[in-house]
Amino acid sequence: MTKSSFSNIQSEYLALIDHNKCVRCKRCIQNCGWGTYSFGGDKILADHSKCVACGRCYTYCPEGAISIVKNPTVLRENANWKEGLIKNIWRQSETGGIVISGMGTTFKYKKYFDHILLDACQVTNPSIDPLREPMELRTYLGKKPSRLDVGLDENGEPVLKSKMPPQIELQTPFVFGAMSYGSISLNAQKAMALAARALGIVMNTGEGGLHDDLVPFGKNIIVQVASGRFGVHRDYLNSGVAVEIKIGQGAKPGIGGHLPGEKIGADISKTRMIPVGTDAISPAPHHDIYSIEDLRQLIYAVKEATDYEKPVSVKVAAVHNIAAIVSGIVRAGADIVYIDGYTGGTGAAPNIIKDHVGIPIELALAQVDERLRDEGIRNEASIIAAGSIRSSADAVKAIALGADAVAIGTAALVVMGCHVCGKCNTGNCSWGITTQRPELVRRLDPEVYGERLYNLISAWSHEIQEVLGAMGVNSIESLRGSRERLRGVELTDAELKALGIKHAGL
Amino acid sequence: MFRIKNKFNAERDISGCGLCGIINAKKIKTNGSDIKKSISVEHDRGNGLGGGFAVYGNYPDYAELYAFHIMYDNLSAKADVEEYIKNNFIIEKEEPIPTFRTSKIYDHPYLHRYFIKPKSDRPDKLFHELGDDDFVVNSVMLINQNYDGAYVFSSGKNMGAFKGVGYPEDIADFYKLEEIEGYMWTAHNRFPTNTPGWWGGAHPFTLLDWSIVHNGEISSYGINKRYLEMYKYNLALKTDTEVITYILDLLIRKHKLPISLALTVLASPFYQKIDKMDGEKRELFTALRQIYGSALLNGPFAIVFGHSNGMVAMNDRIKLRPLVAAAMGDFTYVASEEAAIRAVCPSPDIVWSPKAGEPVIVEFEEKNIHQKGGLLGL
Ligand code: SF4
Ligand code: SF4
Repeated sequence: MTKSSFSNIQSEYLALIDHNKCVRCKRCIQNCGWGTYSFGGDKILADHSKCVACGRCYTYCPEGAISIVKNPTVLRENANWKEGLIKNIWRQSETGGIVISGMGTTFKYKKYFDHILLDACQVTNPSIDPLREPMELRTYLGKKPSRLDVGLDENGEPVLKSKMPPQIELQTPFVFGAMSYGSISLNAQKAMALAARALGIVMNTGEGGLHDDLVPFGKNIIVQVASGRFGVHRDYLNSGVAVEIKIGQGAKPGIGGHLPGEKIGADISKTRMIPVGTDAISPAPHHDIYSIEDLRQLIYAVKEATDYEKPVSVKVAAVHNIAAIVSGIVRAGADIVYIDGYTGGTGAAPNIIKDHVGIPIELALAQVDERLRDEGIRNEASIIAAGSIRSSADAVKAIALGADAVAIGTAALVVMGCHVCGKCNTGNCSWGITTQRPELVRRLDPEVYGERLYNLISAWSHEIQEVLGAMGVNSIESLRGSRERLRGVELTDAELKALGIKHAGL
Repeated sequence: MFRIKNKFNAERDISGCGLCGIINAKKIKTNGSDIKKSISVEHDRGNGLGGGFAVYGNYPDYAELYAFHIMYDNLSAKADVEEYIKNNFIIEKEEPIPTFRTSKIYDHPYLHRYFIKPKSDRPDKLFHELGDDDFVVNSVMLINQNYDGAYVFSSGKNMGAFKGVGYPEDIADFYKLEEIEGYMWTAHNRFPTNTPGWWGGAHPFTLLDWSIVHNGEISSYGINKRYLEMYKYNLALKTDTEVITYILDLLIRKHKLPISLALTVLASPFYQKIDKMDGEKRELFTALRQIYGSALLNGPFAIVFGHSNGMVAMNDRIKLRPLVAAAMGDFTYVASEEAAIRAVCPSPDIVWSPKAGEPVIVEFEEKNIHQKGGLLGL
């Protein structure tokens, strides 16, 4: 078929320039990764069709001359034939392709965290002032024996009889979620590594291998093994504090990944151990895992390769039968299970998957925690909850629902300037985050954003301490799984039951 | 109308309180008048909705048997429970618990006691090889949960709980404690805040020969409960005290931790302190927190925990509830208020206020001597 260049799709946003204010410094031209701006001889011109509302230009315009507005030109409103649906039909009829985007779903599903309220002490038990009393957030991730094995030494003092399985020590119950070098820039990874080290927490390499520059951060890194097995070798497995086997991702359960060849430059090629310019394809399943017993083999292969010195984490997307799946994963020998809810982010995923597959992390987490307790194996593995933890309040609620720690992905990118425009898949991120273009990557200063990440997680940790104090406890383990401190509002009986919490007032 | 179980629509029963304990390390017995006098000084710490006592050494003639104290609110419940007991236990003796009408306690359940031991050929042997203690624990839970109108409130050997709805000094008169002798006593005065009084809810809470009296509200109740449920404990009473008892049961009886270590689970040292410990000790305490974090009792409490080898009194990790201790010769006294101790021991050798999370542990000097022939054990 011959291609028509005509498109039905109107620009979503308008990049408006106040030419009276504009001093023609051309910073907007330089800053926009999508090439929206050009210089028309005497003034700045904007190609609205290219604008994705990533917010870079107006942030850096010295004169405040730019405003990005939603294109006011309307499609006739129709609650059934929504604008997005119509535009997708046009888009797909033009390209014949799958609609792909970055970040998490933009659909307006119910956010359960927003329907959960926290408890506080009044009179019968006192609240505790975090400014005066210690408030402990330290968290250990890894398998815990169900009981302590103690003996007595020659003086009759109790001593440990058997060593504890390996644990990851976190000073605060946050980790940075897996984002690979390739899907994000090295500078973005470095910012997280610096912050993780300063905070006493960990970041996660994602499936793209470990760049040489990050090797010194090993004590604060979880290395990932995904279906593409990029950059995996013995030293890699031993270079972090834990190894994560990635089975699935909340934004795209059941499907793999594809980093196009044009993004595979020399550096990424070296880190991922694939030739320059080849597509990096992560198959949908691991081709050596077709069953739970296969997963067990891989878990133990990794443990063998790391001398049983590192906890092994398994990352899965929250899908319908998640409780039984996680139970199987724990029984297969995982020390940590990372559960990623359906609103989690991604570098690129088909919208059909992102918007329609998976379940909310709140429900998944509650069910998993309950199931593991029912089976008496909750101590066998720690749980990391992820899938758009947007605030310390979300973190507190996730921990009370049963998580040991929460993972921060999108929020960390937002720290680096991300405006959640959802165009990560294009590789043009103006903020230097999800791009490999050197001129864009350069602008992301790891030191500056490392410090901001540190600030954010410190601030959230202080907020958690405030909540703990208000609840009258001084240690995070007294919150973990304590659903009695949660109440639901505007939830149905079925929802409350799935969350394992009571309605407010009861 | 009195009630014996927590049928109120409350997820859990919350209360404030007063407590005291007296122990003689040489197992010299005293009657119940001192403990009554001591707890009555703390009258204002309760509101008349629960008072109780535990005494050790009071059944020397039946020291090898489990002494079940059961309260019933109707006689058909009694018949049902007795059927169960007959099928599973050898009953050496059974009788009503002696009570005495006082003007203060006019409404009370039927109170009966049984001196029993599990049959060696009991029906459950077909399915398990449970030890006697485990079987007794299971039986207590079964009766308390499944038999409406019946509640086992004491099940240890050579010890007993005596409790009810009322001020403790009136409960003492109701059971005539001055006629009972023991070498260790604990007492409790209750101030429930979210339920009316119920007989089973009064302290001490007991399991086998353990008894707990407790002042406080455990802010970590939610997770403590879920943690215990993972080990198949049934938290039927919905009280903090029940949680504490079961945690101790799990740690000491099932996981075989030394008592001192089990106590550091309840009020674990802060990491800032653990980090400064040396090598092996640091490892031990870190492991303790890693494994038993969900059993940490967070929030205000003072407890007195009695067991067959002695008594422990302790506070939460930041001492949010009062606890005073004193010693005089072989006697050790603990109480919420110093006045309660001085009422029965006006000038003790030492008086001190135990530090946050640091238990007062008193053990009998001659653990293994059974004291036979007490005066009024029965
Ligand atoms: S950045 Fe602002 S001032 Fe500079 S050229 Fe662009 S619109 Fe004009
Ligand atoms: S990271 Fe992705 S969503 Fe964020 S600004 Fe860059 S392209 Fe947009």
